[in-house]
Amino acid sequence: MTSTEATPAAPATAAVPARAAQAAAPDDAPTAAAAPRTGRPGRPARRGPRVGPLLLALPVPALVLVLWTVGVQQAWELPFGIKMGFLPTPLEVGRRLVDLAVGGIVDDAFSGTLLAHLWASTQRVLAGFALAVALAVPLGVVMGRFSLAFRMLEPTVNLARPIPVTAWAPLTLLIIGYGDGSAIFLVFLAAFFPVLLNTIAGVRQVPVRLLEAAAMLGTKKAQVLYKVVLPASMRSIASGLRVALGLAWVILVVGETVGINTGLGAMITQARDQSKTDLIVAGMVVIGLCGFVADRLLTGLLALATRGRPTLT
Amino acid sequence: MPRIGTVRPRQPADVHVAGLGKQYPTRSGGTVAAMADVDLDVPAGEFVCVVGASGCGKSTLLRILAGFEDATSGTVAVAGAPVTGPDPERGVVFQDYGLFPWLSVRENIAYGPRQARLQRSVVAERTDRFLAAVGLTRFADKYPSELSGGMQQRVAIARVLANDPSLLLMDEPFGALDALTRSSLQGELSRIHRETGTTVLFVTHSIEEAVFLADRVVVMAGGASHGVPGHVKEVVRIDLAGERDVTSAEFNALKRRISALVHEEVAAPAA
Repeated sequence: MTSTEATPAAPATAAVPARAAQAAAPDDAPTAAAAPRTGRPGRPARRGPRVGPLLLALPVPALVLVLWTVGVQQAWELPFGIKMGFLPTPLEVGRRLVDLAVGGIVDDAFSGTLLAHLWASTQRVLAGFALAVALAVPLGVVMGRFSLAFRMLEPTVNLARPIPVTAWAPLTLLIIGYGDGSAIFLVFLAAFFPVLLNTIAGVRQVPVRLLEAAAMLGTKKAQVLYKVVLPASMRSIASGLRVALGLAWVILVVGETVGINTGLGAMITQARDQSKTDLIVAGMVVIGLCGFVADRLLTGLLALATRGRPTLT
Repeated sequence: MPRIGTVRPRQPADVHVAGLGKQYPTRSGGTVAAMADVDLDVPAGEFVCVVGASGCGKSTLLRILAGFEDATSGTVAVAGAPVTGPDPERGVVFQDYGLFPWLSVRENIAYGPRQARLQRSVVAERTDRFLAAVGLTRFADKYPSELSGGMQQRVAIARVLANDPSLLLMDEPFGALDALTRSSLQGELSRIHRETGTTVLFVTHSIEEAVFLADRVVVMAGGASHGVPGHVKEVVRIDLAGERDVTSAEFNALKRRISALVHEEVAAPAA
């Protein structure tokens, strides 16, 4: 009997300090609010031990590498008819990456050429992307701001947009010819539409109220675009730029497939011709990293350009 | 009145509205009259409140004066000049503030003077002065999204005053604020009006607010949904000197009278 009476009593007493702590919280709230906003007041403490983000992120890639290695050694057959026996092991890819960068391991035509390929590809991506931004942002602002321009151009834009850039590639080779020009043009095409559409959308949703405010504060008509429309549509334009830059790296591989000797896409194509799977995978890894780094750089650049100012919500 | 930097302050403007009408096209191809035959004269320096039920055209009147909308008929002149479009001489305070979210409080207030290409020192002096006038000096480097509604509206008022307008147009500026903030801002606006002497046209739903602030209250009635175009029903002079006591008998008598006018219960004894 005593034990059954004691059992309900124990949680009750345990609950008292908890309730007291809750009651104390409102008294602390004003001071917390008055203090500079550094922490997150009012957040309940995280339950369980804190696990470092690296520790959480590592097991999955580690498992993939292990399965990959075992799969290659055992020559597993996966769905889609993937024959893992033809794949290089992660270790071989790593060796090839190091050799690509500094040479001295494999000692073939590709040793130590990474920088040259990287530089050639980066130039093409930058040229095509910059061209797309330089044309699509102004055009998007005009189309978003002036309904006459929008009604004149929107149908054409939306007819041209669904044509995949990869479908442009064969024609491009015929009308521009092999070389830089074709690759840059394809990158330009890939980047153009995401920038254009996001700019139009951003400009069209600039609140009329801000335009009225700008007008009654004496903003000259020519300055409204720069002073109000651009900053108010910055968030949308920025997301267009990020999508476009990602696509630019994707399409680069297609653009460099034919008639180009230097470039990551060209390198992969040559590797395929010579059945060097480790080189193909190394190229894939480098291109993936390029896209990642480019996105981080762009995000940083945009943050720098807006100097951390809040955008339109 | 203090001199503003090296720039001579503008004189308050008078407002002359005659035979003003506004029609909107309807979907069926016809037109609907939102407002017709509105006459209104506001002498320089007067504080006028416009009250009336929704759709009576009071906001339309203000937007035409601001230059945001064109009148269909009639004339509108501010300081003797016809209104052809928005102008920094006619400052507008919106119910939803309309602040630039990417500019700090200080930059929002400095925006107008900068657009006017005033000297840097003049811009800084004006900005500091109006920051202080609305009590936001401590929040100068915050962004609008970090402020409460009442503080944002203070920024909006300071931003317009920094342009030294000759006419202040306010479209239900305190309508979205809680009662306490509202009454403190009414007090501040009243003080600012006494100090600057600017002509004010203030549109509101609140009759008490109108009686508290105005030298004259313009009661509008009608509107497209009533089948009669919006028009001026009556203009009531508020002869209450000095600080107004919202609990006094005179104040409440005026409130009752205007309320009766707004609610079409005209039979109530007036005076």
